Amino acid sequence: MVENRPFVTFISHLVLILGVLVIAFPVWMTFVASTHDQATMLRSPVPLLPGPHLIDNYRQILFEGYGRGFSDNPTWLTLVNSLIMAVGVAVGKIAISIISAFAMVYFRFPLRMAFFWAIFVTLMLPVEVRIVPTYGVVASLGMLDSYSGLIIPVIASATATFLFRQFFLSVPDELTEAARVDGASPMRFFWDILLPMSRTSIAALFVIQFIYGWNQYLWPLLVTTKESFYTIVMALSRQATAVDATPSWNLLMAMAMLAMVPPVLVVIVMQRQFVRGLVETEK
Amino acid sequence: MEKRVTFNERWLPYLLVAPQIIVTLIFFFWPSGEMVWQSVVLEDAFGGNTRFVWFDNFVQLFEDGAYFASVRLTLVFSALVASLGLAVSLLLAVMADRVIRGAGIYKTFLVWPYAVAPAVAGVLWGFLFNPSVGVVAGLLRGLGVDFNYVSNGNQAFLLVVFAAVWAQVSYNFLFFLAGLQSIPRSLIEAAAIDGAGPGRRFWDIVFPLLSPTGFFLLVINIIYAFFGTFGIVSSLTQGGPGQATNILVWKVYNDGFRGQDLGGSAAQSVILMFVVIVATVVQFRFIERRVHY
Repeated sequence: MVENRPFVTFISHLVLILGVLVIAFPVWMTFVASTHDQATMLRSPVPLLPGPHLIDNYRQILFEGYGRGFSDNPTWLTLVNSLIMAVGVAVGKIAISIISAFAMVYFRFPLRMAFFWAIFVTLMLPVEVRIVPTYGVVASLGMLDSYSGLIIPVIASATATFLFRQFFLSVPDELTEAARVDGASPMRFFWDILLPMSRTSIAALFVIQFIYGWNQYLWPLLVTTKESFYTIVMALSRQATAVDATPSWNLLMAMAMLAMVPPVLVVIVMQRQFVRGLVETEK
Repeated sequence: MEKRVTFNERWLPYLLVAPQIIVTLIFFFWPSGEMVWQSVVLEDAFGGNTRFVWFDNFVQLFEDGAYFASVRLTLVFSALVASLGLAVSLLLAVMADRVIRGAGIYKTFLVWPYAVAPAVAGVLWGFLFNPSVGVVAGLLRGLGVDFNYVSNGNQAFLLVVFAAVWAQVSYNFLFFLAGLQSIPRSLIEAAAIDGAGPGRRFWDIVFPLLSPTGFFLLVINIIYAFFGTFGIVSSLTQGGPGQATNILVWKVYNDGFRGQDLGGSAAQSVILMFVVIVATVVQFRFIERRVHY
């Protein structure tokens, strides 16, 4: 701060606290709703403070599912699917883009620039735009209702490749020379020198891609028809838009909490890597 | 920029790029080609007959009033989402940059909504404004406003805007805060010594220096409003009531999957592709300029 103006500082705090409260309010209400029984949640006015049914609701939604003819899928299964998808997408993206960036920075070979542009143009067409034809491709490959169908189509990423390319370009040439003088093969150089040096970039990217994978919605919606492959975000959205005369708000909101908590925890616990990853992948 | 020192291998580099190139070819170029093809052919409902029709699908689209209604809606929607989202997050970032005590805590409390999926955000806001049990809807009713997003189109539209802004504020906030913190203190101190108050310092120094960040965020927010909000629309309003929230990305999906109008949906996709290309080019040109600063 440049000078001391207690009043302006007071206003700043006021605005920030107000902002935090407004942003947290929907989640607070969701949490409150997940701790009451169904009857309470259907009576107006709805409570603003938590009730006594927290454990009941979460036990039911986790192990028995939403029930009542809509879905008998216990939610723990959708959480496992989301976890598989999130980790699969994050690991897959990092793995394929780090080696292709390595090839493009450390080798000269015919078609190198053609490959570079092929990867670059994927930025031009987000998956939301080409869903219908991509669905056709996945269907004709017989990958509907499978983990590979959930994961592989979304792991081609230009941003991750560019991030690693940028980083490799900043690695001093002396390291490469030393490795070559010592007779190290390219893969040896990659494993023993480049990969350990990329640790922080990998961690930052992992956080971002984990959240990206967990929060995928449209893609699972298209490629899964069997409930056993549903992810939590998609199962929640389906449940929320199902027409129901007396909705179980308590269970629905417990489900919403379960969909939010893992990625939010990742952001809060790994905040440093998260901020770094966000700023670097968008550069 | 190129490396001076490289390795000499004949086949290894191809092996290394192969996984990414194969995935890109199968899941990007193949469907994209299919999309462009579908946009210029007419397929009968059973997929038997395919006829090349030049630009008939596009002509049909442009003659369709519903398509232009959706274009207008999307433009208004993205203008609202981008301007509200940027204004709110800039305000919060400027305040967070000012305070010394508690800045870290505020930051933690403001960044986590980034991790909430748009589809989940839609569910949360739908609950808050639910006509029968929603807290905010009840509050509004107490104030004499009959809020029912299930039947009132304008209210549904506003609700989607709010949910979209809510889900994007933390992203904008982080970038604005990083931009603010990179402005040299000495500039601000010099202005303060010359007698400029906080408002003057903000408009004459901070705001112009922040404009590259702001411009970058503007592009990102427009792309977000165009494409990233699919989940919100899907779990909140499904494009309705009527056509009130039928933004382009929802329409592509709805026409293609539910309406089975593959040609029309593909033509819409091709048009959206041009939107993204323009946005990407604008963004890259701008980034190039920022690098040369």
